[in-house]
Amino acid sequence: MPSEPLRQLLLDPTVVTVALGALLLGATAGALGTFAVLRRQSLLGDTMSHAALPGVVLGYLLAQGRSLPAMLAGALVTGLAAALLAQLLARRRGVKHEAALGTWLGTGFALGVVLLSLVQRQPGAGSAGLEQFLFGQAAATLRSDLLLIGAIALLSLGLVALLFHRFELVTFDPRFARAGGVAVRVYETLLTLLLAVAIVVGLQLVGVVLMSALVVAPAVAARQLAGSLGAMLWLSAAVGAFSALVGALASAAVPGLSTGPTVVLVATACAALALAFGRRRGVRLEGA
Amino acid sequence: MIQALFDDVAFTILLTGVLTAASAALLGTFLVVRGQAMLSDAISHGVVFGVAVTFLLSGVAAGPLQLLGAGAAGLLTVLLTEWLAASGKVKRDAATGLVFPALFAAGILLLNLFARDAHVDAHTVLLGEIGFVWLDRVTLLGLSLPRAVVVLGAVLLLNVVYVTLFHKQLTAAAFDPVMARLQGLRPRRMTLGLLALTSLTAVAALDAVGVVLFVAFTITPAVVGRLAARRLPSMLGVALAVGVGAALVGYPLAVRFDLSIGGSMALLTAVPLVPLLLLGPSGALGRRLG
Repeated sequence: MPSEPLRQLLLDPTVVTVALGALLLGATAGALGTFAVLRRQSLLGDTMSHAALPGVVLGYLLAQGRSLPAMLAGALVTGLAAALLAQLLARRRGVKHEAALGTWLGTGFALGVVLLSLVQRQPGAGSAGLEQFLFGQAAATLRSDLLLIGAIALLSLGLVALLFHRFELVTFDPRFARAGGVAVRVYETLLTLLLAVAIVVGLQLVGVVLMSALVVAPAVAARQLAGSLGAMLWLSAAVGAFSALVGALASAAVPGLSTGPTVVLVATACAALALAFGRRRGVRLEGA
Repeated sequence: MIQALFDDVAFTILLTGVLTAASAALLGTFLVVRGQAMLSDAISHGVVFGVAVTFLLSGVAAGPLQLLGAGAAGLLTVLLTEWLAASGKVKRDAATGLVFPALFAAGILLLNLFARDAHVDAHTVLLGEIGFVWLDRVTLLGLSLPRAVVVLGAVLLLNVVYVTLFHKQLTAAAFDPVMARLQGLRPRRMTLGLLALTSLTAVAALDAVGVVLFVAFTITPAVVGRLAARRLPSMLGVALAVGVGAALVGYPLAVRFDLSIGGSMALLTAVPLVPLLLLGPSGALGRRLG
């Protein structure tokens, strides 16, 4: 039986909102992280999440206040811009892919910090709604945000379900896929787009600095345990949801505890356990 | 006269920026050439774990003990990542994405929970406070100097000495590690030295520019150098000029428009990329002209 204070906490409408939001975000980020880890895009995720900061602040400035849709749209734009610019830069002779990613990670974040200082000196409003995007803040989730978060989760996971076999083929055997007439580039772009969505959707909960970890850690955990891509997706979503929920509730209950770091530590603990005790060494194309 | 200079707030901030940028550009050039640029990202995040642990164990939030403790954590981040990647269970990029965020998160939580009124806090660690570095002072040779300037100056000296002594080995290991080993140049030891210095520099620069902007100072000027120059010495020269120039221009600009000082300095390092990407040999315009 849960004790009385715990029951009250669980029935509190604010806590219910925060918990629901965390569950949805964690599951979405976890599931989509599967492809990021399999396609070796962890560092791209890190770059996109840092470069999302200027977009968040621009969204805040344009909407003249805290508007989740505007901030997430801004984050998506600047995050994807960083990914594109990195691709452009890496094409130049002598510049390796990871140096190109690092360049836009740093530059994007610097731009975000400069824009943040621009908002902070505005009278009144300040940056009350923006600080949470650095380290994440579960309690910032509003009831009205749930609809948007839910819609994004449904849309992106629905797309994965719909195109599952294509995504699987493109991830594991792009050459075979190309030979079979699959438009590999289209699906690869779509998967990168989904990674950006996964990152953007979790920003408010985890913050720009640690968001990429919420994409990577659950997938690493799932990879050690699952034998097929489908199982890995489900497991990764479950680990993501669990980590986000525990982190959100813990940070809501303990004052001063940042949400993002808590979520990331729970997810990493899951990954560490799976790495220590998991038996499988990886997911392969089914039937291969 | 000299004391008056170090009492000047603007001079102190500029000097801190210049010293940070110079060390970062120096190390960044070798990291970029060696294809290890993102290690600076992992190291600077991992350092935060060391800062927190050193503080909890000794109550020290600055000084040589902090430099060593936090520096060791930076190196530990890289070794842990390597160990995980070598296990074969996780690819290198995922290992990187797993290890340094975890150490950073642990460091931030420790600071959140146990160091809330202390000199170190999560916000400063992330963004730095270059505008306030002149407040924390130490006495050296009868002069009262800002601690950041002393530490960053010492670290820069160390970096310059290392690079001057071993630039041949560092480059040899960068372009041909097998050949370097055959010639007895000990590339592995060279790499560890470079990463240890990167860790020390990240700790020294933490109060001034924080975790992420340090990455910007390390990677961007070096990438600009790589695009603008063919040979290593000229690449290094360009990187130093870009980093130091960005610090010198960034400060007055930030003051004039009331913006984040560290952010403005870091952002300016990327400005030369605009013409280089547009005009360079394979840039959009360059292709059309060529």
